[in-house]
Amino acid sequence: MSLRTPLGRVLGLGTSSGVHHWWAQRLTALALAPLGAWFVVSLLTLPDLGYAAVRGWLAAPRNAVPMLLLVPVVAYHSWLGVAVVLEDYVHGRVTKTVALLVVQFLHLLVATAALLAVLKLALGSGA
Amino acid sequence: MATRRPLSPHLTVYRLMHTMVFSVLHRATGVVLSVALVLLAGWLLALAAGPLAYARAATLFGSPPGLLLLLGLCGAFCYHLCNGIRHLVFDTGRCLEKDAARRSGSVMLFAALALTAVSALMMLRLRGWL
Repeated sequence: MSLRTPLGRVLGLGTSSGVHHWWAQRLTALALAPLGAWFVVSLLTLPDLGYAAVRGWLAAPRNAVPMLLLVPVVAYHSWLGVAVVLEDYVHGRVTKTVALLVVQFLHLLVATAALLAVLKLALGSGA
Repeated sequence: MATRRPLSPHLTVYRLMHTMVFSVLHRATGVVLSVALVLLAGWLLALAAGPLAYARAATLFGSPPGLLLLLGLCGAFCYHLCNGIRHLVFDTGRCLEKDAARRSGSVMLFAALALTAVSALMMLRLRGWL
C-alpha cells in the first residue's frame, strides 16, 4: 500500500500533451481546408503542367506564400494524424516509440526538403 | 505493466454501419495523403532541380498509371476535406445525433464524389484528352 495519492501516481504519465495534440490537429485542419483546396484548384486550373508554367506559377509571391504555409502545416497535420494511428494500432512500448520517432523524423525530412525546393524556386532568379 | 486495462474495443463486436465506414475511410485517406506528401516533396524537388528532372517527373505522373494514382489521391483529398469539415462540425457538438450524423455523411459523400468527378474532368483537360 503506497502512501502516494491517486493524483500523485498519475501525474506525468501518459500523454499530458493530449489536449494540445487534439487542438493542434483541429487548428491545422482549419488552415488546411482553404490551403489544400487552393493548391489543388490552382494546379488544375493552370493552362498546362509543363516546366515553364509550373515554375512561373510557383515563382510568383502570391503562390509562393501559400505554398510556404501549406508545406509545414500539412506536414504537422500529417504527423499528428499518423501518430494517432500508430498509437492506436502499434502495440509494444519499444515498437511504438520507434515507429513514432521514425514517423516524426520522416515528416521533418520531407517538410524541410519541400520547403527548400519552394524557397529555391521562389527566391531564384529566372529559369 | 501490472494492470491490464481495456484498450480500444475489438472492431468485430460491432455491426458494420455506414457512419463507421465513413470514419474508417477518414483515417485511411489520411494515411494515404500522408504517403502522398512524399510524392509532393519529390515533385517540388524535381521542379527545383530544373527542366530535365521535372520532365522525368512529369512523364511519370503523366503516364496512365501515374494519372490513375493522381486521380486516386485527388479522390482521397476530396473525401478527407469534406469529411474533415464534417468532423470539425462534430467537434462543435453539432449533428451528433444518429439521424443527423447519417444525413451529413450522405451529403459529405455526395460532395466528395462530385468534387472528385470535377477534378477528374479538369485532369483530362490538362492532359489534352478533353
